[in-house]
Amino acid sequence: MKVTIDGQEIEVAPGTTILQAARMIGGESVPPAMCYYSKLEKTGGKCRCCLVEVTKGSDADPRPMPKLVASCVTGCMDGMEVASKSSERVTEARKAVTEFLLINHPLDCPVCDQAGECDLQNLSFEHGKAQSRFIEDKRTFEPENIGDKIQLHMNRCILCQRCVQVAEQLTDYRVHGVLNRGDHAQISTYVAAAIDNDFSGNMIDVCPVGALTDKTFRFKSRVWFNKPFNAHRNCENPECCGKATLWMFGNEIQRVTARKDIYHEVEDFICNTCRFDKKEVTDWVIEGPRKFEKDSVINQNNYTRPMEKVIMNTEKGILEGREQDRKKISMAQIPFNNQKKQ
Amino acid sequence: MGRKILLDKINVPGIKTYEVYRREGGYSSVEKALKSLSPDEVVEEVKTSGLRGRGGAGFPVGMKWSFIDKKSGNPRHLVCNADESEPGTFKDRYLMEYIPHLLIEGMIVSSYALGANLSYIYIRGEYMWVYKTLERAIAEAKAAGWLGKNILGTGYDLEVHVQIGGGAYICGEETALIESLEGKRGNPRLKPPFPAVKGLWQNPTVVNNVESISAVPWIINNSGADYAAIGKERSTGTKLISASGNIKKPGVYEIELGLSVYEFMNSDEYCGGMETDRPLKALVPGGSSVPILPAHLIYKTANGDDRLMTYESLSDGGFATGSMLGSGGFIVYDDRACIVRNTWNFSRFYHHESCGQCTPCREGTGWLEKVLWRIENGEGREEDIELLWSIQSKIEGNTICPLGDAASWPVAAAIRHFRDEFEYHIRFPEKVKNRNHFVTEPFEKVKHLVVKQEI
Amino acid sequence: MEHNQHKHYTQEINITPQLMERINELISHYPEGKQKSALLPVLHEVQDAHDNWLSIELQNKVAEILSIKPIEVYEVVTFYTMFNQRPIGKYMFEFCQTSPCCQRGVEDLMDYTCEKLGVKVGQPTPDMMFEVRGVECLGACGYAPMMQLGDFFQEHLTKEKIDQLIDDCKAGKITLHDK
Repeated sequence: MKVTIDGQEIEVAPGTTILQAARMIGGESVPPAMCYYSKLEKTGGKCRCCLVEVTKGSDADPRPMPKLVASCVTGCMDGMEVASKSSERVTEARKAVTEFLLINHPLDCPVCDQAGECDLQNLSFEHGKAQSRFIEDKRTFEPENIGDKIQLHMNRCILCQRCVQVAEQLTDYRVHGVLNRGDHAQISTYVAAAIDNDFSGNMIDVCPVGALTDKTFRFKSRVWFNKPFNAHRNCENPECCGKATLWMFGNEIQRVTARKDIYHEVEDFICNTCRFDKKEVTDWVIEGPRKFEKDSVINQNNYTRPMEKVIMNTEKGILEGREQDRKKISMAQIPFNNQKKQ
Repeated sequence: MGRKILLDKINVPGIKTYEVYRREGGYSSVEKALKSLSPDEVVEEVKTSGLRGRGGAGFPVGMKWSFIDKKSGNPRHLVCNADESEPGTFKDRYLMEYIPHLLIEGMIVSSYALGANLSYIYIRGEYMWVYKTLERAIAEAKAAGWLGKNILGTGYDLEVHVQIGGGAYICGEETALIESLEGKRGNPRLKPPFPAVKGLWQNPTVVNNVESISAVPWIINNSGADYAAIGKERSTGTKLISASGNIKKPGVYEIELGLSVYEFMNSDEYCGGMETDRPLKALVPGGSSVPILPAHLIYKTANGDDRLMTYESLSDGGFATGSMLGSGGFIVYDDRACIVRNTWNFSRFYHHESCGQCTPCREGTGWLEKVLWRIENGEGREEDIELLWSIQSKIEGNTICPLGDAASWPVAAAIRHFRDEFEYHIRFPEKVKNRNHFVTEPFEKVKHLVVKQEI
Repeated sequence: MEHNQHKHYTQEINITPQLMERINELISHYPEGKQKSALLPVLHEVQDAHDNWLSIELQNKVAEILSIKPIEVYEVVTFYTMFNQRPIGKYMFEFCQTSPCCQRGVEDLMDYTCEKLGVKVGQPTPDMMFEVRGVECLGACGYAPMMQLGDFFQEHLTKEKIDQLIDDCKAGKITLHDK
């Protein structure tokens, strides 16, 4: 089947979604995805970030689709034409969704461990505004402890429900889910149970925001101060691939995550032993530094770029101010009983 | 007197019971359909009738039936949507409470047409006593041989059960209803696949409103052509209208489509005019989600034609000067009503009922409510009107299910037709502190305060 | 919204043979293996038999009966408004507060009822006899103002009718459930 996205043609197999086709093309036409996760079934369709405009339904039925469609769950048709980056309606819709996602988000990036590798930050950078039109009180949730390995920050959650699918598809007994409804819907165990099984840590990796973070890494470092290395080990767990990214500070492994691709999806899921318990360099076979995106925050601390010495050229006497200014505010020149005189 | 199809026998004493219902000719359409018509002939008859879905969307019922996937060989289901929750609508409850066997008769004929052997009526949780009424009626019908194995010796098997909801407006959306019927949260599904292909337990399913299914027996007993002869143009047959608000005689009325809005409002057969001598201010003709109409667009369209109770006439003028027939929830407001407060009220409803699955609806409905609440309580800012307009336009069309649209339209229409009332709330906050502000001082009397001064 | 979800309330669980029989009947309405579909009707029955609320333990019991995970029950209980997660007043006056009822003066009646009972909306009386709640459209707009009391609707309300209802509740003359 032939599909055209933003004027670029591509051949795809039946059953391919528009988003998958766009990812095959790559580049700027790829719609952002906050809830869809190709490695997990039954994800997608919820966040509405990946809306695209179908300007031609198919060769058989060329009518355009009246509404924007979620590209992650809409299948390609032969001859379909799609406008993603090139559609003003799409740009507007993405801006709208970004604004909606942010109105109740705490924007606590300075203290959030996800900052620097957060999909919501990236989305806001691309589609967000510098100012908020939301002047009401933000929604908050009671904190809930879900064990000593995973930190749940419900206030930051965007309800993509990927973590629910991790529990459903990678573990045999799901203990958390979405509770309540509407804008009070929340990820919770209801009974404050620990989410603890061999693969629960993957919830952290699939979370697009800082709602689920690694407790063993909490406040240890900003992600851009870490240097990522690819490493592997012979994991005893037959379900675990044993391939991970180690986030190092000097010789210390501060965090272990699964390896992620350019869409920030894990390549393979890893077990909790690899993630939380193997923090010695001797536990791993280090393959070498991991590549990362040129325009990412992590690149700011890139060790391949020569670090030049920063010289601050301070204007002489900047702290004292200019001579003429000092004169004006000089107390001595203003008589004490100034007002009376006038 | 208009023709009565659904409520013809409603005043017969004891019509609620099987004996009386049967004596009055009940279940004859089952005999006729099962013994003398093929399922496809029943579908054809309903197609000919032009019957449109009475739940609000107005999609032709026969057409919907013809989409059901019969090729896969999977078991098929008919699900009756009795999750009536649209503010202003209470007609289905009236039918089920007072003449429950009519719905069951319709369920049997419709299930037969679809080749369904296991069908459900999904009723909203708050109608608990109606649920019990239906359960008893189903037991009576089964005892009389209308349900079960080999009905009337024709070899057709059918079981009908009632399922009760738990309090969620969103379950009136057909895929959310199916999810709820599967014992899950009422989250609407992504479409495609449509229920006609993958519905209840991934089997082909048709979901129809109570009133639509209840019209089927008459169509079979008479004919599709007879039904199509009633009404006007593409609005065929009769429709139940739930009338409420500031009118003399609120209640459920069956009308022939094509009746004028003026007659429906003012004749003694129907609403009987306004409740008091306070004048008519606005009308919501089809349930809370349709655009509100200001007084000058109620009896006449923008072109000056008579406004009629039909799908077409009520939507004449589009969203700029028209509205929709929707589910027939006819809410009348006199000049005591505050449109800002009323819009806030509807927004609160949608905020409360949003399932929380997709971003624009989850976040946007709450935002709308908060801004409207501020304006209504005298804490509005001039820019809030534009903000409301912008928020609603960003929700509409971007959500998984129509709840987002339903939450947006009332806000858009209120701003479009009653902008000066919003301005009044913002500019004279001390005058709106009391929730009954327009009861003592109707807007007509203070309207001059927000008129633009021409110099 | 209730934020006291994390407070743990306990309740005595009693699944009587009659209740179990009714549950089994409800399960029989669905094909083999689809017993989860009976969750909503079963929760209603179980709640009615346990002072109109569902503790965590009771929800776990329902999960066990239907052979599903407890989280599947919690997800459903917290989604629908009719399932109560804490002890509630025996006679719950649930006033419809959507537009058509407001148009017919329900807000004044709610204030009146709260004042008469000496409570705020959502707070049970100290003896746990009464509670007032505002709910969204109950589908009785033509008979406004109205409220739900147990399984039934009380329509065309007036102050006098509310006085009468409160007296009837106190005298034990009100049936809550249609069994």
